[in-house]
Amino acid sequence: MWSSLGFIIGTTLMYSTPLIYTALGGVISENSGVVNIGLEGMMTIGAFVGAAVGFYTGNPWIAFLAAGLASGFLALFHAIAAVSFGADQVVSGIAINFLGPGIALFVSRLFFEGATNTKPIPLENKMPRPLNGLFPQNSFFDMILNQYATVFMAFALVAIVWYLLYKTKLGLRIRAVGEHPRAADTLGVSVYKIRYLCVVLSGVFAGFGGASLSLAVVSNFRPTLISGHGFIALAAMIFGKWKPQGAMWACLLFGVSNGLVVYLGRPGAPFQISQQLLSMIPYVLTLIILTGFVGRASAPAASGTPYEKDER
Amino acid sequence: MKDKGLKEKILHFILNGNFGFTLVSIILGLAVGAIILQITGFNAFEAYKIMIQGVFSRPNYIAWTIVRSTPIIITGLSVAFAFKTGLFNIGAEGQFIIGAITAAAVGYFVKLPAVLHIPLVILAAITAAGFWGAIAGYLKAKFGVHEVISTIMLNWIALYLNNYIVRIEGFRRPLNERSYAIQQSASIVVLEEWKRSEAGRAWLLNHEFWRDVFRTPLNLGIVFAIVLAIIVWFILNKTTLGYELKAVGYNKHAAEYGGINVSKSMLVSMSIAGALAGLAGALHVMGDSKSIASLAAMEGYGFDGIAVALIGGNTPLGVLLGGLLFGGLKYGGSKIQPTLGAPSEVISIVIGTIVFFIAMPKLIKMVMKLTTKNRGAKNVE
Repeated sequence: MWSSLGFIIGTTLMYSTPLIYTALGGVISENSGVVNIGLEGMMTIGAFVGAAVGFYTGNPWIAFLAAGLASGFLALFHAIAAVSFGADQVVSGIAINFLGPGIALFVSRLFFEGATNTKPIPLENKMPRPLNGLFPQNSFFDMILNQYATVFMAFALVAIVWYLLYKTKLGLRIRAVGEHPRAADTLGVSVYKIRYLCVVLSGVFAGFGGASLSLAVVSNFRPTLISGHGFIALAAMIFGKWKPQGAMWACLLFGVSNGLVVYLGRPGAPFQISQQLLSMIPYVLTLIILTGFVGRASAPAASGTPYEKDER
Repeated sequence: MKDKGLKEKILHFILNGNFGFTLVSIILGLAVGAIILQITGFNAFEAYKIMIQGVFSRPNYIAWTIVRSTPIIITGLSVAFAFKTGLFNIGAEGQFIIGAITAAAVGYFVKLPAVLHIPLVILAAITAAGFWGAIAGYLKAKFGVHEVISTIMLNWIALYLNNYIVRIEGFRRPLNERSYAIQQSASIVVLEEWKRSEAGRAWLLNHEFWRDVFRTPLNLGIVFAIVLAIIVWFILNKTTLGYELKAVGYNKHAAEYGGINVSKSMLVSMSIAGALAGLAGALHVMGDSKSIASLAAMEGYGFDGIAVALIGGNTPLGVLLGGLLFGGLKYGGSKIQPTLGAPSEVISIVIGTIVFFIAMPKLIKMVMKLTTKNRGAKNVE
């Protein structure tokens, strides 16, 4: 009983992690008033760069940072379009979703002898597990807490983003820019600078999300690795009402259903359910919950609208 | 004089209309692709030559391009239709899958003569996928659930439903992750039986052009796509329904004040968008794949449709052309890998860049203003 529970909680945490990073990216971008539907593409670049740099340097931390930087760089293009050129943010995000995987696979073929799968990172060069060996193997706490470092960092990042948004001057400015850019501008807040910062940060976070998949959950990049995680993170962000803690809970919901799928799908599970039907549950559940329990949530007021300084 | 007026009109249309933006975006996209190829040590000129030859140099290449373009033209129409009515249909992907599942099942289990079978398969797929689309419309109208999030969820549900149905005993091909192929009577491949028959093969032996064409699963899908483009244009521009749907898309509150039932409009709009994407899936099964397979990841027909709709400026004619361009780039682009060793993913970068520039009419307007100003200055001299 305890070991089953431990197993489910453990897998939940592992599967939620990439989503949490990416959803936080969505939170920070949308709170500043820029819709970021390009999370999927940014995550893909992060996953690839993480795996590739991890393979060549052998250092997971450098790889993790590089993933964030690369994704942040891609996000910069979204920022240029959305902030400086008043682009339709959804359209520019869609463009990012073509560019991200396109660039990742293109570069992968150049560096890995024409293959779109990067070479696997040896076990000792993957993300470390800081609490490894602290608890007896396969004990309850071992299963829950013996996680990759990326898992702990994700939850720390939730707290950091929450603190940043709600307890700091910068956070107040970010939210002001997202709710009423003109008012913020009148008070001397640079709408453009704040939005650039937030969009690039959202890319960095999404890159971390991708790398937490390719450096920890698995040990290489492949074309189908991200396939939709970015969109689920986007949904989780909306589900979580554009708040970091809300997004985290939504990601955990997706994670727990994933954990259940793995648990019930393994040989020797207490009862047999079709894995395909089981896999649908998180998505069905989300739809049901959205209709009733959560109620109507609304995005930051200025989310999606470009801001032009000289507009009258 | 009159002639000149027309010429100027056309020039004006190209330079100032959406068409001009799109054209400039496409050129910029191709240029970025060329630069990337050149930087990474491939001959960009050679690569584009191979792509163009890979699409046009043989009849069967052209046929393949058409076959590949068909599904994304129709999902593009679905997305464009929803866009025009103020909804963002990310769900074309899932609606496509639902249409494909339905077509594969009705195409395999039902046995009817082709005249009845084909319409039945289409009707079933449209109904199922229309219903699938309507779920998102209903959730938005009734509960205010954003269609972007509900359709993302519905995409995944559709994917797993597909994987579940493919594995059902009696439908699954033994030792395979695929369903059985549809009956011959549900196929829309042109002259499929004839080209395999004795007489057909004998005739084709003497007609090189057609022999080459018929090596592909050239099918009626493209005819459907053209007819659908016309229907979408007609609904949007010539009917009260289209007027109402567009009014809701333009300004929900004004439309409601004007007496339009906004909830119903959302439901209808998403049903039609769903039916379109589902039909794309059905035609793909009936004309190309013939069965459905277990999916490890999204296939991208719906997402490509989004790009096609954007490239096409959300107009039916634009979508038709955009779909052919996208299909051609993808099919032609796949040929630079074996011949040049250049990654064919450069096409995704080109498409992404095109869409990226389409997102920024302001930038392109600035660039075009600069060039027209220069031209004006020259004329003065």
